[in-house]
Amino acid sequence: MTLTYQAIVFLPLIGFVIAGLAGHRIGHRNAEIITSGLLIISAMLAWLVFLPMLFAAPAEGAAGEAALHAEAVKVELFRWISSGEIDIGWVIRVDTLTAVMLVVVTTISAVVHVYSIGYMHDDPGRWRFFAFLSFFTFAMLMLVTADNLVQMFFGWEGVGLASYLLIGFWYHKPSANAAAMKAFVVNRIGDFGFSLGIFGTFFLFGALDFDTIFHAVPGMEGTVLHFLWGDWDALTLIALLLFVGAMGKSAQFLLHTWLPDAMEGPTPVSALIHAATMVTAGVFMVARMSPLFEASPVAMTVVLYIGAITAFFAATVGLVQNDIKRVIAYSTCSQLGYMFVALGAGVYSAGIFHLFTHAFFKALLFLGAGAVIHAMHHEQDMRRMGGLRKKIPVTYGLMIIGTLALTGVGIPGTPFGFAGFFSKDAIVEAAYGVGGTNGAFAFWSLVIAALFTSFYSWRLLHMTFHGPTRADAQIFEHAHESPNVMLWPLYVLAAGAVLAGVVFNDFFFGHAEHIMHFFAGSVVVDEAALDAAHAAPLWVKWAPTMAMLIGFVVAFQMYVRDRELPARLANANRGLYQFLLNKWYFDELYDFLFIRPTLWIGRALWRGFDDWFVDKTIVEGLGDRVRDVTQRVVRLQSGYLYHYAFAMLIGVAALVTWAIAAGGLN
Amino acid sequence: MTSDLMSLDALLPVLPEIALALGALALLMAGVFLKGETHASVSGIAIGLLVAVGVLALLYPIDGVLFNGVFVADGFGRYMKTLILIGSALALVLSLSSAGENGLAKFEYSVLVVLATLGMMIMVSANDLMSLYIGLELQSLALYVVAAIKRESTRASEAGLKYFVLGALSSGMLLYGASLIYGFTGQTQIDEIAKVLSLGDRSLGLTVGLVFLLAGLAFKISAVPFHMWTPDVYEGAPTPVTAFFASAPKVAAMALLIRVVMDSFEPIALQWQQIVIFLSVASMVLAAFAAIGQKNLKRLIAYSSIGHVGFALVGLSAGSQGGVDGVAIYMAIYLTMTLALFACLLALRTEDGFAEQISDLSGLAQTKPFIAATMAILMFSLIGVPPLAGFFAKWYVFLAAVEAELFVLAVIGVLASAVSAFYYLRIVKVMYFDEPVLQFAAAPAELRVVMGAGAFLLVTYFFTVGAPLGAWAHNAAGSLF
Repeated sequence: MTLTYQAIVFLPLIGFVIAGLAGHRIGHRNAEIITSGLLIISAMLAWLVFLPMLFAAPAEGAAGEAALHAEAVKVELFRWISSGEIDIGWVIRVDTLTAVMLVVVTTISAVVHVYSIGYMHDDPGRWRFFAFLSFFTFAMLMLVTADNLVQMFFGWEGVGLASYLLIGFWYHKPSANAAAMKAFVVNRIGDFGFSLGIFGTFFLFGALDFDTIFHAVPGMEGTVLHFLWGDWDALTLIALLLFVGAMGKSAQFLLHTWLPDAMEGPTPVSALIHAATMVTAGVFMVARMSPLFEASPVAMTVVLYIGAITAFFAATVGLVQNDIKRVIAYSTCSQLGYMFVALGAGVYSAGIFHLFTHAFFKALLFLGAGAVIHAMHHEQDMRRMGGLRKKIPVTYGLMIIGTLALTGVGIPGTPFGFAGFFSKDAIVEAAYGVGGTNGAFAFWSLVIAALFTSFYSWRLLHMTFHGPTRADAQIFEHAHESPNVMLWPLYVLAAGAVLAGVVFNDFFFGHAEHIMHFFAGSVVVDEAALDAAHAAPLWVKWAPTMAMLIGFVVAFQMYVRDRELPARLANANRGLYQFLLNKWYFDELYDFLFIRPTLWIGRALWRGFDDWFVDKTIVEGLGDRVRDVTQRVVRLQSGYLYHYAFAMLIGVAALVTWAIAAGGLN
Repeated sequence: MTSDLMSLDALLPVLPEIALALGALALLMAGVFLKGETHASVSGIAIGLLVAVGVLALLYPIDGVLFNGVFVADGFGRYMKTLILIGSALALVLSLSSAGENGLAKFEYSVLVVLATLGMMIMVSANDLMSLYIGLELQSLALYVVAAIKRESTRASEAGLKYFVLGALSSGMLLYGASLIYGFTGQTQIDEIAKVLSLGDRSLGLTVGLVFLLAGLAFKISAVPFHMWTPDVYEGAPTPVTAFFASAPKVAAMALLIRVVMDSFEPIALQWQQIVIFLSVASMVLAAFAAIGQKNLKRLIAYSSIGHVGFALVGLSAGSQGGVDGVAIYMAIYLTMTLALFACLLALRTEDGFAEQISDLSGLAQTKPFIAATMAILMFSLIGVPPLAGFFAKWYVFLAAVEAELFVLAVIGVLASAVSAFYYLRIVKVMYFDEPVLQFAAAPAELRVVMGAGAFLLVTYFFTVGAPLGAWAHNAAGSLF
């Protein structure tokens, strides 16, 4: 088994090294086949690790108790840092939470690798693209198999780098470069919080590996830590700092601005990194640190609110966007908000469940959108699409499946429903279960967000596939179905989008005992929160479904029956429309608050401090003084003998004076 | 006074000097009586003589004090004499290829160099104010003539005359200082003076005498403010003569200065240290600034040598054995850099003369890459960039100063070194980044050998000669304590 774990993690690295170092020599085709092949092997191995966990027999009695707190499998590769009190190993940690992530990451990555063979087939830098994809996968696997915070940070930064490289993959596009930088810089803010959290953890616990930290958490409750201007509850402070990191990586409200811009990258990148895997790293990290978060009600509430606000905010923006990828990007942002609500509600398994199902249907939607873009010769504006249903029927069908899964179609109380139905409803119920103002806020935010989700998803489908076409006649004429190498990955994802919910519902959101047994202590299972969620009244269980139906009907009315209605509505509510279209003016606000002052300070330091003070005044000033002195000294050398002799006599006189004055006689 | 020489064996410690003196006389005879163009063969024999004397001094090291205590042969003297003989021999080698243009195609030149070298060796071994003066004058008189040996050149004549007049003035100062010291101590022998001084019998007149004596010596090592002759003489004299001036006599005068202050004035260390520190700071600072304003290469080298004397004096200021070690190493490295640098200059021959201005070096890297590379290495070594030898030279003297707690002096030295980097680097810039203006003839083989060997030693100093040279210098300095 040890070898299996290592193979899962390091096969993508091998692929990266081969494609990255020798890509230009072995050719595009070989680079594609090697990286994709290694990823497929890695994915199959990941399923091999994951499946036995599902079928592990429920143990009875004492053995069952032991299984609940089973130690994770750990494979130590080497000691990494050993300095003073810091002792950090490089360990592959595999428990249920990791196994779920392994399956998600390797499966989606393998699918995206294969899909990219078709999607990128005419790009001159393909081998580089595949190398980056494999590098990303390796870094992501490093992140999810981490056994301590430093190792996790390594993966965390690795995926950030990969994201930067892939967003800016088409580096000749200025907008892609700007988006790559924006993603990197915004993530740095989150990473800063994350690193402070790591420092705080070490300061408080004196250790960085998870088991030591979690065992020490109960003893640390009530500890006070001084930070910046005041005294904080230590666990709350650390949890919040870590959560800042999660907010950056998972594009939560206030740190979300980079995600829509990241759509400048090639579409497979958007599917893999900016929908299915990397952006869920924040969710994973909070779930991983669940024993710590459990100990801080304040931090949990913050997570709940941020998640709920993000879910609602991103959904509102998604209502009016016209770029097909941006709609899905805001949808991703919104769905990540759902996951954080589940975490904030204390039902970690539900958050991971949604992470799991979302990976399939969101990757499906992105890759489907990629197929549309591919068919339309890189047109992304939905206002210049329409009527594609007849041209690309297979893609249309797959997009329908993705949409049904995203909007959460299903019949409450029965095992009939698409993947999103189970996981999203679980979260809505969990939010209701929190109770009080917090619970009500989260619940209603999510229900309204579900309505909006349904609306923008169907709007996307209607604008793209239905009605008369608004596309350029020639492009529309040449629109064609994607090749099989792009369609087969979509079939796999479609299967996941249909089945992932119904098959795995019991493991993630069934009875508490069942969940506990499945997760075997890798995340906290809060029975009270789970019971409260299950005890939600019937109207609560129906609420998201009703919201979904309303959203569907409104979209149908506006984009199929009365096509003039959206324009009329937009004109009637000019202000609101512009507000949403401009994404609540966050970019403008940040530009005003942070970017301009930073640039101003930068210019001031450059022009004022460096150019004027350091260069002109100090450096050139010194140079000028040296030149002045030189000119005087050179003039001393007159060439006249009597001057020289005089200088010698003066010198002797000065020396005598100096010797008497300084040395004296003793 | 009776002679202390009981047999010929007692003369053995002074054998190298005797050999050189007899050799000089023989050379003179040969030059006069041989027919035809004799200068080349006389030069060859002179070089051989200098080398042979050096070998003799090294192979048969015999210590002793002779002639009623006026002459001392010891390890320190041998170290310095070896440097002097190498310097003189190589200066003659450098003069061979261009003797005609430089007015050196006369056998007297080689004879004068040998006589000057004899004077220097006597200076190094002087143990008495009288023998000190005799050695100094023997050296100086030869140098006055050599400076003006290109009679038809007004510049050379002017240089020779200036050197002579100012040299006479400095000799006068030195003699006046010596007489004051004799007057206040009643002794002329160096160790006897020290004995008298250690009894505590000191007066103001002695300090004045000390200053005058040191002023005379400072003139010979061209320390500021007794340096004024240096740029004019370096510029005016033929380049091979300048090469000679810049190498061996500097070593000899520095050795003499070290022996005088360390041996006879050791009891009043505070006084002479103040004076040496003054000379050191003035030399380093003035040279650093003045050199920036120079356009002529030889004037630049003149200021560069003034600066390097200042750095060497930093080590002497410490007044410790470490300091003397440092100065001894410094002089060896300085000698290497100077000779290699003049080899470069003499190799840069155009149809109508030699490269004299810095601008003549423009684009040298394209036309003469080997010479340019050697020059660049020399410049970096003169700045004191590690791992080149010039760095270690400065390292030892600054280390000695810091250990003697002369922090201000060390800081001034480092700052002056930083300023001096400018004019050295400008030469590198001109050679490597400007467009070529002049075409140069092929360099003679012996100059290429000197350049290559110099550059090799400077670059590999730390791995090759560094350790043995350091040990030798340490032993040599040890004989003074």
